[in-house]
Amino acid sequence: MSYCREQGKDKIIFVTKEDHESPSTADITYNPEEDDDSPGLILPNGEINWQCPCLGGMASGPCGEPFKEAFSCFHYSQAEPKGSDCIEEFRSMQECMSKYPELYPFDKDEDNDKEEQTKTTTTVEQKTSEEVAVTKESTATRAS
Amino acid sequence: MFRVAGSVTASRLSAVCCRTVTAKQFQVHGASLHVLSSETSRKSRNGPAHHRIPPSWQSVRTMASAGDSQAKINYIFYGLAVLFGGGGIIYYMRETSKDGNKTKKSTAAVPAESKEATEPVSEKPTSETTKSGKKLLDAMPQSYPDYEVMPDIPGHAKYLLIGGGTASFAAFRAIRASDAKAQVLVVTEEEELPYMRPPLSKELWYSDEPKLVEKLKFKQWNGKERSVYYNPPSFYVEPKELAYQENGGVAVVKGRKVMKLDPQKQVAVLDNGWEIFYDKVLIATGGRPRNIPVFERASQEVKDRVTLFRGIKDFKRLDEVSRNASTIVVVGGGFLGSELTCALGKRSRDSSLKVIQMFPEPGNMGKVLPEYLSQWTTAKVRGEGATVKPETFVKRARFSDGKVILKLNTGEEISTDHVVVAVGLEPNTELAKESGLEVDDTYGGFRVNAELEARSDIWVAGDASSFYDIKLGRRRVEHHDHAVVSGRLAGENMTGARKPYWHQSMFWSDLGPDVGYEAIGIVDSSLPTVAVFAKATEKDTPKAVVEETGESLRSVTETEAEATLPTKEETVAAVSGETTAPPEVEIKDPSDPASATGVEPSASEKTESATDEEPAPDVEAAAKLVAEVETENRVAPTPKEDYGKGVIFYLRDDIIVGIVLWNLFNRMPIARKIIKEGKQHQDLAEVAKLFDLHADED
Repeated sequence: MSYCREQGKDKIIFVTKEDHESPSTADITYNPEEDDDSPGLILPNGEINWQCPCLGGMASGPCGEPFKEAFSCFHYSQAEPKGSDCIEEFRSMQECMSKYPELYPFDKDEDNDKEEQTKTTTTVEQKTSEEVAVTKESTATRAS
Repeated sequence: MFRVAGSVTASRLSAVCCRTVTAKQFQVHGASLHVLSSETSRKSRNGPAHHRIPPSWQSVRTMASAGDSQAKINYIFYGLAVLFGGGGIIYYMRETSKDGNKTKKSTAAVPAESKEATEPVSEKPTSETTKSGKKLLDAMPQSYPDYEVMPDIPGHAKYLLIGGGTASFAAFRAIRASDAKAQVLVVTEEEELPYMRPPLSKELWYSDEPKLVEKLKFKQWNGKERSVYYNPPSFYVEPKELAYQENGGVAVVKGRKVMKLDPQKQVAVLDNGWEIFYDKVLIATGGRPRNIPVFERASQEVKDRVTLFRGIKDFKRLDEVSRNASTIVVVGGGFLGSELTCALGKRSRDSSLKVIQMFPEPGNMGKVLPEYLSQWTTAKVRGEGATVKPETFVKRARFSDGKVILKLNTGEEISTDHVVVAVGLEPNTELAKESGLEVDDTYGGFRVNAELEARSDIWVAGDASSFYDIKLGRRRVEHHDHAVVSGRLAGENMTGARKPYWHQSMFWSDLGPDVGYEAIGIVDSSLPTVAVFAKATEKDTPKAVVEETGESLRSVTETEAEATLPTKEETVAAVSGETTAPPEVEIKDPSDPASATGVEPSASEKTESATDEEPAPDVEAAAKLVAEVETENRVAPTPKEDYGKGVIFYLRDDIIVGIVLWNLFNRMPIARKIIKEGKQHQDLAEVAKLFDLHADED
């Protein structure tokens, strides 16, 4: 059973597991999905949230503009496969990033805290080309 | 395995560590820098100016002729820069000089916020005389200043950030995220590029690679190195080149102080008299460490052996001193003082160093934790190898025979090699008076509204900001995460977001591998508290959490989070979920509802700073030592017995305004929600149930 102790203005309650088995009657509902404080990468209106911490410094670094263009292009791309009409943007983004090897290293094994950022961009491209391959395959299958 | 704690909350009001500013610094050298009238500069920056012959131009030339030729050219350029809005002018100058015949059609409008700077310049351009430049700029002289004679510091900045700390970093990141071609100018008194503070009292002390520490780097749990600097030097642009950058950038002017702002003319005046006109300015001046009168009055020999701990300089000094000293005294019992004590305590194990901590409160974190927990914490700190003297302060200090002799209020005399003072922060509002900015007489700092604005186009973030918190009322917060959250908010608002302070910042601290806590809201020990504890199991320690989740940098800020994209979003279908998400953005504990909020929210909790855990063995060994018990010590409950894990609610008028999660991790979102709702709760034990105290017991 739980017990309570008071030390001046401070109250201390000790509870056992059993005490906490019944669900809380407190007037709060916590729904993780509803956490409106942090909208995540995509805002409710479908736009990209460039302030998302998950992007690290990608959108704000020296290559922020090319990155945004490439990523936006991809996001809104209606092409099949998605993003295949964004090759130019990705290319200029990579071109920019190659000028800042310290910030955007392409060597995976390098010790650098921007490593993940490059991974994101390279994986975007990988995925794009993967999808191209997949689509080709499925098209071929359908055709046969 | 230290997570980063926030900075010490403003505690004891000792005498202010002042810096005297002489009147001379306010005088502009010669009157020559007051080149343009405010009227002209305003008009010219906001509209097409090229057709006008600026009257001030003549005054530039007159005054310019007075000085040496370099200065002369500087003044000319400065005048032009102001006239045409910084980057715009250089663009047009270069455009017209390059190809006299091919003047662009759009010469008509020189946008004051010119985003189109010139093409990226890697080497200095050769100067060419203007020919048909006349079309654009009739008032131009035949030869115009080119890159070689550009001033080192621009005369105009669209976004001017005063201070180069965490809030400033978060702000420029946010500004550039909204406005990817933004040109941001940071002016800092320090001779350092922006860096994070928490590792200076944590990770750097627990590293076993001195070569890394020398470079101010530390290793994360996953073996990756991390620097205290937020960005490597290559990230930044030379101030002189800022206007030339096609995609803008961030430039840092080091070792310069802004003496005052003129909010109406929108100009900042530096300590060398240089003036920078701005469109938007952020004040992120942080604060200076406080001192105590005893040391302020002391002899120079004593002063030379006292460190007011705050920045990189102080870390380097203390690091060096601690290798050779036989005794070090730490004055202050808050976050910083306690962390440094634990850090030095660890060092004392492998050497003959003796560490003594003293403070007026009855226990460590006396102003933050309720007394029983404060006592418990004190026992922990002793366990780290230090002698802790609560309810103790220094009455006299003198130098004798190479040592500093401290006479304490208890009558005791201590002989020490060095003293570290960590008694709080004095917010830096030095430029308030001359700038017509309000200072908060209750909390200190610049007074700003809920959107962090002090006056039109002037924002204040970080330690120096007394802001209106819609939920909790006006406050000033000195924690790292707050600097990040408020810096980011200010940056967003500087680009037009108009958002109030909403996302509650948090802080946390570890005291060795056995005890750690996270906190949010107003955590003031003078408030009545209600705490609900469950007995801790082996799985509840910070060390256990780290091992389980493989996460070390619990305190990586949101702004430093590495780029990963949440899998639940459509774009992430394409962007890899294979991206090795750094631990801080992974779902930690599948059974834990709090961590199921997804990538971003859990990353948002990891806002304290990027300092963190060390390889387990060292701290583990330290924790095994028996706590040193002083004779006057109050009896503290045995660690690991009574206060294993739990939640502490801080109440104001029966509303929960602050929450400490004691050895409970990944529950911050719930805590944040409770604070946000601000309801009165009848039964707090029921509220405590939401935290699932017994989650891992099975």
